[in-house]
Order: sequence, then structure tokens, then C-alpha cells
Amino acid sequence: MTESGARAQTSYDTIPKLLLRNAEQFADLPAYRQKDLGIWQTWNWRQTRDEIRDLAIGLYVLGLKRGEAIAIIGDNRPKLYWSFCAAQSLGAIPVPIYQDSVADEMAYVLDHSEVVMAVVQNQEQVDKLLSIAERVPRLRRIIYEEPRGLQKYDHTRLHALSEVQAVGISERHRNATADDWWRGEIALGKASDVAVMLYTSGTTGRPKGVMLTQENIVVSGQNGNLFDGFTTNDTMIAYLPMAWVGDHIFSYGQAYAGALCVACPESPDTVIDDRREIGPSYFFAPPRVFENMLTATMVRMEDAGRFKKWMFARFLNVAKRAGPAILNGESVGLADRLLYNLGEVLVYGPLRNRMGFSNIRVAYTAGEAIGPEIFSFYRSLGINLKQLYGQTEASVYITLQPDGEIYPDTVGKPGPGVEIRIAESGEVQFTSPGVFLKYFKNDEATADTKTVDGWVRTGDAGFIDAKGHLVIIDRAKDVGRLNTGALFAPKYLENKLKFYPEIREVVAFGDGRDFVTVMVNIDLVSVGNWAERNNVVYASYQELAAHPDVYRMIERRIEEVNAALATEPRMAGSQIHRFLILHKELDADDGELTRTQKVRRPFIAERYAPLIKALFDGSREAHIRTEVTFEDGRKGIIEGNVRIVDTKVFPGTAALKEAAE
Amino acid sequence: MADTLVSSDRSPDAAPETEPPAAADREVLLAVSNVALSFGGVKAIQGVSFDIRKGEIRAIIGPNGAGKTSMLNCINGFYHPQEGTITFKGATRRRMRPYEAASQGIGRTFQNVALFKGMSTLDNIMAGRTLKMKRGFFWHLLRHGPAMAEEKAHRHKVEEIIDFLDIQAIRRTPVGKLPYGLQKRVELGRALAMEPELLLLDEPMAGMNLEEKEDMSRFILDVNDQLGTTIALIEHDMGVVMDLSDRVVVLDHGELIADGTPAEVQANQNVIDAYLGVSH
Repeated sequence: MTESGARAQTSYDTIPKLLLRNAEQFADLPAYRQKDLGIWQTWNWRQTRDEIRDLAIGLYVLGLKRGEAIAIIGDNRPKLYWSFCAAQSLGAIPVPIYQDSVADEMAYVLDHSEVVMAVVQNQEQVDKLLSIAERVPRLRRIIYEEPRGLQKYDHTRLHALSEVQAVGISERHRNATADDWWRGEIALGKASDVAVMLYTSGTTGRPKGVMLTQENIVVSGQNGNLFDGFTTNDTMIAYLPMAWVGDHIFSYGQAYAGALCVACPESPDTVIDDRREIGPSYFFAPPRVFENMLTATMVRMEDAGRFKKWMFARFLNVAKRAGPAILNGESVGLADRLLYNLGEVLVYGPLRNRMGFSNIRVAYTAGEAIGPEIFSFYRSLGINLKQLYGQTEASVYITLQPDGEIYPDTVGKPGPGVEIRIAESGEVQFTSPGVFLKYFKNDEATADTKTVDGWVRTGDAGFIDAKGHLVIIDRAKDVGRLNTGALFAPKYLENKLKFYPEIREVVAFGDGRDFVTVMVNIDLVSVGNWAERNNVVYASYQELAAHPDVYRMIERRIEEVNAALATEPRMAGSQIHRFLILHKELDADDGELTRTQKVRRPFIAERYAPLIKALFDGSREAHIRTEVTFEDGRKGIIEGNVRIVDTKVFPGTAALKEAAE
Repeated sequence: MADTLVSSDRSPDAAPETEPPAAADREVLLAVSNVALSFGGVKAIQGVSFDIRKGEIRAIIGPNGAGKTSMLNCINGFYHPQEGTITFKGATRRRMRPYEAASQGIGRTFQNVALFKGMSTLDNIMAGRTLKMKRGFFWHLLRHGPAMAEEKAHRHKVEEIIDFLDIQAIRRTPVGKLPYGLQKRVELGRALAMEPELLLLDEPMAGMNLEEKEDMSRFILDVNDQLGTTIALIEHDMGVVMDLSDRVVVLDHGELIADGTPAEVQANQNVIDAYLGVSH
């Protein structure tokens, strides 16, 4: 890796050039795998190059020109990844779009990015694009991967991806210089070229198009590989949206920079099984995925026999005690070491296999804070789960946890080539080789984010602790104060509550108020399972959420959090006084969450204004009527009464002191 | 070539040259003529005649007890009508057993899901290939040589169906554990596994919620459209029937009271009377 990394500095400075290198140096190594009709299909690097070349020539014949933008929409599939590289080899700019976006959201990005062609996965996406065709007049052609259901469509500007490749092949047969021409086009590419435009979902306002250069992607990919020592033997599974910067760096930048193998699942629903079959050595997931996996494991263990339950509990305790230390390479007592080895055979190994982590070397999580319990659960099983902190504007990497320096409450140290500083306001700022070029057609936002000396404002409040690790508290603009003067960091409170399996989402309110209140979304899997075991009958989320026993359960959890907050000097003042359980799940389709599942506060504050008013005016119940959007774009109304409950607050000496100041 | 996409281009009907002939003009796949069926003194079907044309979606509707399921059972040879004939692909049989109907290309699903609950989705659909297996029982016991090659070919076909119905995620799940809507889909998969020319669906949407119904409608249209399978379906959801079918047969008290396009049937006074209830 170091050798190829060093060479890339000189000549392999773009992804298409790396493709040519991989096809020469690692021709027979697997580049892509995809499960199709129940069988894993593999393409090695040479085949990958040939597929991409034919696609690129086909795209050129269809009229794709240097500098033009091409949208890519769909699940993680080799052919769509190839489309990225094919476009880049011609000097065109791929613009991946979240595949579950509704047509309306797509229209904005397609229009703003000035897309002229689109490569999409299937009929669903074709239908969406056709429905907004009038709003994106620049869009000339749509290319689809799966022909199913599309035969009878008008094919004047609609093309099957296989046909585009066939055009490329016949062009090569007719014209002996086509291959050289394509290599010539790649040679024209420069490190400073715009490689990709990634639209950030944005918790406020319209999405912004982050322009990343070839250098951003290539160097970030190399640095990522360097940091964890990835080699051509490493395999990852690509299942997170291609429009998200993480996937673009991990499954594309790093994969090309280090000739890693990328496995694409059969369908989004089969990721868990596919992961078990592939056994990736590198895995990234947002905390939610790790939470869900843990919840699923615990739910299954509830149904296990008594002996298995006992064994599971017994060895999990051993793992909790000794596992993290063993993984960090610290010394552990002989008895514990022996017990841990026994547990490895009886529990941890089989469990890791079940989760698809038999070959795992490094796993990362980021995007949100992960519960310390969940984090150490995986580490205690011998899975090297680490946290990183990143942004689209940084080509992901800002800080990462180095091996042996893992603390659940920090996001690690600056990555290779990254420098960070804390502004006077408490905001984290960084500069790195991954710093984005600019926002597309939005110089104002660029100026707001990038300082004149090349540093980027992250918008996150944080500090560097005694160990030199970065700690993130919250979004800088979200940190506020109660009328009592106490610090109010909503995400900090929300995360504490979200670490309970019963609670899926929380929104806290308190800035400029007298006390703190929260709205809670219960976790339907976890609470549903509890309901099943306790003979609680329910027909819908709404009904379960309103159940008195569920309310009592959540009340207990909030009081536990209050008790914990009372012991923290800075936070004792922001204990939760009142709460309600929302009658519907917060959903990205309704605009309540971003596509990356982050809460959009201002929007929620507006949409649920009657509930928030009731949270603070002392009423016991509030009526709410909300419009919901179904996946196919239809709208419906959910309405009902939501109960509001007061919770116990604990006297914290620290809180009194702070209030007195 | 114009440089913009115009949304009106997308209508599947937009290309007239590929438009197939109207359902009523196509070749007859199955003809029912003067069929009568009674159980003791109960006359389930009396003198019913209609046909099913190649490539159409034919709905059979009627109030409860109209004889719809009995009609389907006659078509696939489960019941033997006392009078009349059923002609399938030009061959007329008075007495045909379900096995024969199946091997000639008539597949079906049932009103109540009839799957092997303890077996996985994959195995259930694989079971639908039984009639296509050429090697004998003992070859398959050996699971070697030609039998293995045959199994692989069948498995490939089954995987295509799994892909078609988008049920990869439940490939290995015992069907008894699946929600009802998915069980119905697996049952459709099993019927498709025998690559039928005529597919009989007995209330494919019964007990489904709106979303499941929409999914199932999409699959029925896809089966008809992509695989070219002729479909006869019994359904109570009139919205579904009117949207899906090319032609509709209406039965009431064992008699045929209307036959025509959805629009014709909707306007038919006999049908309105039968559904709204008029004293006889």
C-alpha cells in the first residue's frame, strides 16, 4: 500500500488513472462482487476496466462531454459504481442522488447541478425522473440498469445500460483507436479536476452541492487506507447510500486507491445475510445499525433456552470485564484470559459469525454519538469498532481513533494530514488535503464555511481533552441556555436517552425556556417485542405509543437520565421536567429527518408547535393533526391526542450553584 | 431529436405499433361451454359458457356463493362438471385430473394460503418445479450427476422467480413465520415455478392491506406483461378488478349474468341488481 500510495502521488492522481493501474498491477484480484440470482458474481480489476471502458465510450457516443454533470441514482451496484468511473474518465462530473428521495427533492438537485444525463437503477427511478422531466429541461438522456417493466416505454431518450455498453463495444470494433482514445481522455484528467458533486442533506435550507476534486478523493482514500493498513486482501460491503460522502470515500476512493474489493448486496433487505456470506474485513455503519444489531441479538436471546441464556449472560460478563483490555493489548489476569478464550469458542466467535464479523479487522461508526454500552459491547466481543468524525466538506476524515487509544466519549485524533483548532466560540475547525473546493453556485455559503486561510468551520462545538482527543458536544448553533442560565445541549440529552433500546428518537426543547422537555419516539422492534411478551395488544405505532405501560417505561428511563445528569456539574440544570411520546415516527419522507436520519429541529418545532406549547404550559394532553407522506408520494392525515407526563427531577448541588451565579 | 424529455412520452400506451390486439380478438386459450356442476341437489354452476383469450387478464366476479371458486376448480380439474365441456389449447376433456391440468400448463393459487408452512420460501417454490423434473425419485435421492445438473437448472429458474417477486430477503425463512401478504407472494411464486400458460388466482388480495394489494397488483401485471402468462382471477375488491382485468365474467347463483370489458360490466343492469340485491 505504501508503495502504491507513494507512486500515486506522482502519476496516479485521479480515480480513472488508478483504475488503469489496478487493471495492470492487480488484474486478477477481485474488484467487485455482487449477489445475483442467489450467487455471488465477481469481476476482477481487468474485467472492471473493460466494463468501464465500454460504458465510457458508449456514454461519449451518446453525447456526454467533458465538464458536464451526470446523475447516478440507485442502490449500491457494481454497474452504478462503474458509471462514476466511466463519467470521470471522460472528464464528466458524477452527481449521486439519494435513491429514496421523492421526485420533488430530486428535481431540485438535478436542476441545480445542471445534470444532462442520468444513470439509474430501475423503473422506479425512471418513473421519478420522467415525472419531473419538465422541471429539469437540461436532462437529455436516462440510462437504466434493470430493464424490468420498461420495455414499453418510449426509448427515444431512454437507454438500457447494457445497450450503452454494447454501443461502446461496437464502436471499439469499428474503430481500432477507440481504446487508445479512451486512455488519452483519462490522461487529460488532472488532480485539480472536480471529481464529484455530493449534495449535503442539510438540516436547514436547500441542499448544497459540495464539489470535491480528484485530489480530495484520491488522497483521502490513500490516507484512510494508510491509517488502518488496508491492503488488496481487504473486502468491504457497500450498502450505505452512494450519495453519501462516506460511501464515496470508503467504497470508491479507498477501493480504487488500495485495490480493495467491494461487495454489493443482493438487495437492501438482504444486507445482513450477504454480510455473513462475504465476511467483510472492513465495515462502516452509523450507530443506528450497531444499535439495531444489538437489539436484534438481545431479542433473539430472549427466546433462547435457559442454558444458552445463562451461558450468554455469563460470558458476556467476562467479555465486558476483559474484552476491551485484550483488544487494546493491555495485560489481563490469567483466569480472565482463560475464560475469555473459552467464551471465544462458545459465544463470541459464533455471535460474530452470526453478525457477519468473522473476518472483521476494522469497523467504524460515525455520524452520531454511539452509546458507550453499545460501543463496548462490540469491542468486548473482539470487534475492533472505532469512531471517527468527518464531514462531506472534509472528504470524510477529520479525526479517527487510533488502535489502542479508544475512548467511548471521544472521536479520536486528527487523521493523516489533518489539523484541527477550536475557535473562540468553541467551534471545531479543520484543514486537510480533503477540504472541498467550494459549494456549487453558492459562493455565499462557501464564504460562510471556508475561512480565508483555508480552514473549514464544522459548525460543531467541541473541545480537545487532556489525551489530545477531540470531544464533540453538539451542533454549535444548537447549544443554548435555559432561563435559569444553565447550559442546554439538546443532542447531549437526546443521545443519553437514545442509548436505551426502547427509545428510537428524541427531540429536546429548552433554549430560552424555564426547563427542559422532550418528545420521544419509541423503538417499534424493542417495545413491540416487550408488548408481545407482556400480552399488550396493539394495532399500530400510534396505539402502542399511547399505552400507559409504555409511558411508565419511558418515564423510568427519563428519571434514570435525570439522576445521571444530576451528578454532572455542567448538565445538572438541564434535567428533563416533562415529556410526551409522539403519535407517529419521525420520518425523512415527511421532512422531519434528513436522509441521513438526523433530526431537523426548526422544521419539527414548527410542525409540532401545538405539542411544544403544551409541553411548557402545564397541560396534561394536547391534540395534534399532522400530514404524512407515504413512500409513493401520496399524503394522509394522522391525528390524535397525546398525553404529557411530568418526571421526577433530582436536586444536584452543582445545579444550585450554577443557578446562583 | 428534441433535447427535452416530455412527460407525455412515458405512457406505456404511447407507442401504437407495439400495442397488442384487443383482448376479445386474441386466440382462445381456454373455452368453457355449457358447464353445469351440482353437489347432490345444490346446483353450483348452471350452463355457464365463456372463454379466456391468450395473454389477457380475465376476472371472475360475483357475490358470495355465486360459484366462482367452483368454476376455477372445474377449470383445473379438481371438480368434474356433470354437463358441458372445457377446452384448453384446443383439446377437450370431460374428466381431467388436477395433475393433468398442471402438467398441461394450468397453475393456481388458493383462497386460503396452501403452502408448506415448515419449509423455506426457496423450498416451497422449488416444490412448484416438481412436475418439470425429468429424473426419477432415485436419481434425486442420489443428488448426483444428471440429477444434480437438473436441480441446478431448476434452482436457477426458482432464483429468477425470487428476483422477479423481490423476495430475496426471505429466501431461507420458513413460510409459516412470514406475514400473510408475503405468504401470498410466495404462493404466487410457487405457481409461477411451473411456468404456467394459464394462471388461476383465487382471491390473491384477500386479507391484504392497501400497500400489500398495490404490491400484488403490480406483480400480477408484471407476470402478465413480462412473462406473457394468461391470468384468470377471482377477486372481491372491485377497484382491483376494474384496474387489472381486460375482461370480466360475472356469475350469480351459478349462472353467467354478464361478460365483457370492465366498463361494460359496470354498466350492466343485471350486475348492478346482483350486487345491490333485487328480489328474484
